[in-house]
Parts: sequence; structure tokens; C-alpha cells
Amino acid sequence: MKTLGPIELALRLLRRELTVSLRRRTELANPLFFFLIVCTLFPLGLGPSPQILAELAPGILWIVALLSVLMASDALFKGDFDDGTLEQILLSPVPLYTTVLMKTLAHWLLTGVPLTLLSPLLALMLQMPSEGLGALLLSLGCGSLVLSFIAAIGAALTVGLKRGGVLLSLLVLPLFVPVLIFGSAAVQRAVAGMDASSPLALLAALALFFLALAPFAIGGALRVSLDQ
Amino acid sequence: MWAWFHKWSSPRWFYQLSGRLLPWLAVISAVCLLVGVAWGLLYVPPDYKQGNSFRIIYIHVPAAAVAMAGYMMMAIAGAISLVWRIKLADMVVKCAAPIGAALTFLALVTGAIWGKPTWGTWWVWDARITSVLVLFFLYIGIIALYEAFENKEAAGRACAILALVGAVNIPIIYWSVEWWYSLHQPASISFTGESSIHPSMLRPLMLTITGFYAFFGVALLMFVRNEILDRERNTRWVRELVTAAAR
Repeated sequence: MKTLGPIELALRLLRRELTVSLRRRTELANPLFFFLIVCTLFPLGLGPSPQILAELAPGILWIVALLSVLMASDALFKGDFDDGTLEQILLSPVPLYTTVLMKTLAHWLLTGVPLTLLSPLLALMLQMPSEGLGALLLSLGCGSLVLSFIAAIGAALTVGLKRGGVLLSLLVLPLFVPVLIFGSAAVQRAVAGMDASSPLALLAALALFFLALAPFAIGGALRVSLDQ
Repeated sequence: MWAWFHKWSSPRWFYQLSGRLLPWLAVISAVCLLVGVAWGLLYVPPDYKQGNSFRIIYIHVPAAAVAMAGYMMMAIAGAISLVWRIKLADMVVKCAAPIGAALTFLALVTGAIWGKPTWGTWWVWDARITSVLVLFFLYIGIIALYEAFENKEAAGRACAILALVGAVNIPIIYWSVEWWYSLHQPASISFTGESSIHPSMLRPLMLTITGFYAFFGVALLMFVRNEILDRERNTRWVRELVTAAAR
């Protein structure tokens, strides 16, 4: 029997995650519709004035994107936990680090990336000046990766609980603070015609930091959740 | 050294040792707090700018300092619990969270009360206040997570992981909030006189800070002792202790 190299193994795990998720298409669309609907609520609540909306748009888009990732992350380990796959994953000789990393990356590819691609449309509807679009795409693309990793830690901690939903947001939202700050600042700076590269670089640094370290926390949390 | 470590970290030994330590710590805490607060409130001269309202620092500063140090201590206990699987350490995590949350809340409330006469408003989105608020949320998350688990040992370890993740994030959060605050032009409100504090005001402050640390220790020991009795209620030594007390 041929043993797989680490890269090949990781790619196969990623493909497995993507295949499983793509079989359930409606679940993939839900966070996107959530994003769209909540963004629609803001003009209804704040009034349709284009100046006000344009000023608030970077913050609104970032907060709603953050909530969408949070909503989607609830199901990150749920299916595998319910049908016993998660136990098999922990028992298998494949390093837990790799599995968890690939699971989270798949989650980002299927929520964070589509949200990022949808965001220019919503930016247009919220009258955000087009100078901010590049920064919006970059910051959301990079920032949603960080959000996915942080949310995965929370999801792993709460996966074994019957009612984990609200608890998950309590655990995860305070940790989202830096991402929100850098993300919305990048867009606001770009809109104001200033250089947005420093917050974007900080977001990228955060993404690498969590990419390297978060899988340990996620793996540890999954072990605790399955032990009980 | 390891033998000592294991002995000391066994719940039974800890229960006995902490029983002997507790009265001393309680006396230190009570004396420091009473003397410090009385000194600070009655004998220290009023501030030339803020008048008497500055006196709230004798509660506010110690509460904030201990709340922050408490989180770090809780995270270290969490790391110990995860690495060496010491039950006592996750009891410490569980018990430190409500005390820390209460102190953080106290720091926020006293800060708001002080802010009204000084800044003219109850709440300002200042970098430091915002960081303390986030710290309060982190404490609340740990309490909520612990309560959600049925199995208390799993709950302890889950909280240990969350405390560690929080501790890694605290510097990032603190720093990002500082950055955010300097990005948005601060309001015209600022600290009156950033000059260093006068020794006559500092001495009682040191006393109340010591008192708060000792109080944190007292509260933590009492909570942990309770938790030990609860979790070890089926062991012989706890039964003997309880029957001896009942007689």
C-alpha cells in the first residue's frame, strides 16, 4: 500500500471536505442570503440617505460579514460529530492538525470567499464610494480567514453541547474585535483616499498567526468535546 | 521536587494547606483594605483639579489591576491543567472566572462614576475602557462555557483552552484597540494631568492594591475549597471531614 505524502494527504482531506459540503448546496447559500438580508435591514433602520449610508457602509459590511461567518461556523463540526465521523478522525493516524486545518480552510473557501465576492454588490447598494472596493475585497478575503479560524475554535468547544448557538457567539465575538478593527479601518482609509496597506498587512499577519496556531486549539477543543 | 508538586496539587493537600493559609490572607486583605480606604478617603489631600472625586481610584485602580492579573493567572492555571492534567488547575480556572468578572465589572462601574464629574459623561469609547469591556466579555464567555457542560471535568478543560486562547488574544485585542483609538481622532476629553501621582496619594493606593490582591486570593481559595468538596464528595476524606464537622 502506498503511503501519501503530507501535501497529497492534505489535498485529499480538503477535497473530501469540499465534496461533502458541496452536496448540501442550500446550506452553502444560507450565509450569503443572511449577509444580503441583514445588509438590507440597515437602510431600513437608518434611513435611505446616501450620505449616511456611504459613511457607515465599511463598518456595516464588515460587521454583517463577521456575523455571517459566525452563523455558518455553527455547522462546521456538527455533521461530523452527529454521524460519528469526528471520532474516526480522532482515531485515524492522520495528524489532527492537518485534518482540522483542512476542514477550516474548506469552511473559509465555502463561506469567507463567496462572502468576499458578494461584498462589492452590497457595497454598491450601500452607496460606498468605489475607491474602497479593492480594500474591501482584500480585507474581507484575508480577514474572513482569521474569522474562520477563531470561529472554528468556538465551534469545536461547543460542538458537543445541545444548545451551542448563542454560547458560540459569546465565546467568539470578543475575539473578533481586532479583525473588525483592522478590516473596517482598511476600507475606511481607502474610501478616504488614504493608504490602506498597514491595516491590510496587519490582517495578513493575523491570518498567518492563526493559520499556524489555531489548529492546535481547535484540535484540543475537539478532543475535549468528544471526551465528555 | 516533583513529589512535592504532586502532593501539593492533590485536592486533599490543597484543602488542608489552604485552610491554614486562609485566615492569614483574610487578615492581610481586611487590614490593607480598611486602612487603605480610610486613609485614601479621609486623610489624603484633595486633588487640585479633580477635588474629591479622584478618591474613587482607591477602588477603581486596584479592581482593574487585579482583574487583568486575574485573567493571566487563570490562563496560566489553564495551561497547567492542559499540560499536566492537574484537576486542581482547572478548578482554579473555573473559580477565578466569576471573581475576575466581578472585579472587571467593578472597575467599569467605578470608572463610569468617576467619568461623570471628570469628563462630563458616563461612558467614553476610550481605548483603555474598551479593552476592559472586552476583558469582561472574555470572562463572561468562560463562565457561560463552564455552565453549558454537563460533565464538569470536560467543562474544566474546555475553559482551560478558552482561557489560553483568550490570553494569547488579549495583547492583540489591547493593541488593536489602542490602534483604533489613535486612528479615530480622540474627543476633546483627556486625562486631567498625566503627571505622576503624588506620594501622599500613592501610599494608600499601594495598600488598597495589596488588599485587592489578597482579597482575590481569599475569594479564590474559598471558591476552590468549595469546588474540591463538591467534586471529591465521594472520597473518604471528604466524608470524614463532613461527619466530623456534623458531630
